[in-house]
Amino acid sequence: MEWEIVIGLEIHVQLSTQSKLFSGASTRFGAEPNTQACAVDLAMPGTLPVPNEEAFRYAVMFGLAMNAEIGKRSIFERKNYFYPDLPKGYQTTQLEQPIVGPGEVEIHLEGGSHKKIRLHHAHLEEDAGKSLHEDFQSMSGIDLNRAGTPLIEIVSEPDMRSAVEAVAFLKKIHSIVTYLGISDGDMSQGSLRCDANVSVRVKGTDKLGTRTELKNINSFRFVERAIKVEAERQIDILENGGSITQETRLYDADKNETRSMRSKEVANDYRYFPCPDLLPVSLTDDYIEQLRGTLPELPDTKALRFQSEYQLSVYDADQVTQERASADFFEAVCKSCGEPKLTANWINGELAALLNRQGITIHQSPVSAEQLAGLISRIKDNTISSKTAKQVFEAIADGAGNADEVIEKRGLKQVSDTSAIEKMVDDVIAASPTQVENYRKADESKRPKMMGYFVGQIMKSSKGQANPQMINNMLRKKLGELL
Amino acid sequence: MHQLTIAEIIRGLRSKEFSSTELTRHLLGRIQQLDGSYNSFISITEEKALAQAKAADQRLADGDAPVLCGVPIAHKDIICTSGVRTSCASKMLDNFIPPYDATLVENLNTAGTVTLGKTNMDEFAMGSSNESSYYGPVKNPWDTGYVPGGSSGGSAAAVAALLVPGATATDTGGSIRQPAALTNTTGLKPTYGRVSRFGVVAYASSLDQAGPIARNAEDAAHLLSAMASHDPKDSTSLDHPHTDFTAGLDNSVAGLKIGVPKEYFGEGLNPETASRVQDALKELEKLGAQLVDISLPHTELAIPAYYVIAPAEASANLSRFDGVRYGHRCEDPSDLRDLYMRSRGEGFGEEVQRRILVGTYALSAGYYDAYYNKAQQARRLVKQDFVQAFDKVDVIMGPTTPSPAFKLGAKSANPIAMYLEDIYTIATNLAGLPGMSIPCGLVNNMPVGLQITGNYLDEARMLNIAHQYQQVTDWHKASAV
Repeated sequence: MEWEIVIGLEIHVQLSTQSKLFSGASTRFGAEPNTQACAVDLAMPGTLPVPNEEAFRYAVMFGLAMNAEIGKRSIFERKNYFYPDLPKGYQTTQLEQPIVGPGEVEIHLEGGSHKKIRLHHAHLEEDAGKSLHEDFQSMSGIDLNRAGTPLIEIVSEPDMRSAVEAVAFLKKIHSIVTYLGISDGDMSQGSLRCDANVSVRVKGTDKLGTRTELKNINSFRFVERAIKVEAERQIDILENGGSITQETRLYDADKNETRSMRSKEVANDYRYFPCPDLLPVSLTDDYIEQLRGTLPELPDTKALRFQSEYQLSVYDADQVTQERASADFFEAVCKSCGEPKLTANWINGELAALLNRQGITIHQSPVSAEQLAGLISRIKDNTISSKTAKQVFEAIADGAGNADEVIEKRGLKQVSDTSAIEKMVDDVIAASPTQVENYRKADESKRPKMMGYFVGQIMKSSKGQANPQMINNMLRKKLGELL
Repeated sequence: MHQLTIAEIIRGLRSKEFSSTELTRHLLGRIQQLDGSYNSFISITEEKALAQAKAADQRLADGDAPVLCGVPIAHKDIICTSGVRTSCASKMLDNFIPPYDATLVENLNTAGTVTLGKTNMDEFAMGSSNESSYYGPVKNPWDTGYVPGGSSGGSAAAVAALLVPGATATDTGGSIRQPAALTNTTGLKPTYGRVSRFGVVAYASSLDQAGPIARNAEDAAHLLSAMASHDPKDSTSLDHPHTDFTAGLDNSVAGLKIGVPKEYFGEGLNPETASRVQDALKELEKLGAQLVDISLPHTELAIPAYYVIAPAEASANLSRFDGVRYGHRCEDPSDLRDLYMRSRGEGFGEEVQRRILVGTYALSAGYYDAYYNKAQQARRLVKQDFVQAFDKVDVIMGPTTPSPAFKLGAKSANPIAMYLEDIYTIATNLAGLPGMSIPCGLVNNMPVGLQITGNYLDEARMLNIAHQYQQVTDWHKASAV
């Protein structure tokens, strides 16, 4: 039986506003516990929420970037439940009339294919604090610094059909919020968090299967692995005649398995009702249009521009525009060296690998745009070979200076002088009578392959600095004369 | 000195007949001496009061004192006062000292008032008899065997017993007007949003509104002028310019159209109470006002709508009292659930628990539409009645309560009978309109209140009418002590 996986994502994005959604306290990450919680965040008696206009602006910008309907009249509701890190005993959120309505966005898949994923809605809400269960003997600690931080919860339609598509959607959302500058998108600090609703059904059928909700999948890699392993689990159960329980499941990355957290059937009745402390928020067309005018160039538009302006391939353009920072980096390098294709290759290849290895973002790149442009310029003017360039790149990354300094200091300059090349070729021919004899006797079709020996010898003796193109040409000429 | 009204105190302080310190000492002594009989105060802030009085006397001497400078008042104990316990008359907040002032307290402090203490009330403002207080019931100064009304029973009783010339209070369904009626004081619930709710511990956020209780309309006008403000800290606060409510007190009421709703004179109204209210209306006719029969056809929906909406909001508003950050926490909780159950079970009294349960039920899945949504529809109809009525009339008048004060304990066992106490006052809160109660006579030597309901933001006119009535009648001067 062939199975189809159906996935919907709920993504929480922390907005990078200066202050909280309903109070003036700072939203900075990493402060001492409970130093960024004011009387409102602590839900002291008599305190009242005051909406943060910036958060509304950010949410509307997101909606516009998702081609979504903007809720011109949005209301806040109270979601009631008791938990120690929820000071008011309710979360102020949106249910019936969210600020962002239905929309859609395109995801890019391997091989250059595209797919539209629909947005169900996105709403504004406040984050809870954190419960800390370690470090307190038989007690729990509560840190309310995060309580009241503005979030947008982004709810997709169940339009994704594989873990890869889910990751592509998540990456797209990440890309959009960071392009807009409304979130730092840092998953390791919880700025972007993802839950996945996963179900399976027999391919070709319409009815959705019973879903489970996966939590604790806060990296792109975990999202992919958790969905895969959960889909396998469900298929396994169904193929053995069992049925799926609707529940929340926690992903255990160490064991690469999901396990039941709590059953939705006994879930809370949240008793939502409109928050009487907050008036409905009305947005005018002027306000929305004005914001539309301030939107930056978004990834899809930028990718198209890169294709036409820099003649990048669809793949290269998608890759380099996925993050605004890398697109900016690309343009900076390109402007300075004038080599778009080489620039894209270096950013998507060596630089991406380096950043990945060091676990850092392009903002923290040890090789600046200026330095990379300098390196590419030296490849372009044949000062160094592509192979040597990798060596120079590593040296720059280690802080050895810019490309010219490294090339100079380490004597890596490529030998492109015709007489020097000619001498190297003469020397190797003179030193390899057996190989020359074999070459002469060999069949015409096998000769190009046999040339490799001579090239290798020259590269070895020149420490890789001989211009390989010139060596090849010279060798072909000289060996030809011996036939 | 304790017989002085706020207006008289303002004049007396400026003519140096007495100082604020002398007056404050006198009233503190009186509270010390007499309040054992009334239990109208939960906390007395003697030290702070004397310091404020001293500062006020200095400002008066310097000649730059604002109008209310040096005037002693008291705050209902649901209104946050920085550094002074704000208990909401609940065991839950018996140990709670807010580090901030309510905006209305800040406003009054800026105006130079002297705070004598915090007044008793029904627990979390839930009640109409002031019997649900953790600190014991308040007794009506007119007869200590009777209730003073609630929930602002302490503020009303303290003013009626001449312990303080004026006090702040809150009104969610009648909690200023009903006790004012039962103690022969003048109480005003402003338009929703007129006085900031910041620092007023929430009972039902869409209905709560703070206002003054005083001995007459002029004094209430002075207090409201200082209390009201647009407050960026309260999103529901109205952005309305500052108003001096004393400015139009002397205007004539000739030509005024007073709507008299037939629904407020039907079954359940004590005939003696009805007759005192009719007398008052005749008095106003003599001043040139015109009585217009009107109908508020959805009046009967007000109580059921209120007792869904208010408890629903309360059930969420009171969730923050969980024993985690402040307030009562049970001894040695065994786990989180135990901490919640016992802290809340021990901290909240019976009526508060009843309303939390009712509200939780009304919001539950499967009941929401039948209760909460239905109640909101009813609320819109009630409001619409008033909007239509105000097309025809300037103010609406009737009795504040169905009958004068009842005996302590008379209705404690019957919550529904207690809820009917607010039958004439609740609609005003549902509509967000300003409402007022002024003394208009006695029945068996117990006070009767005349309710004046005004159009939105029409408090100045209501105070003007009340003041004009009080110029030609002496009911407000009748004293309990």
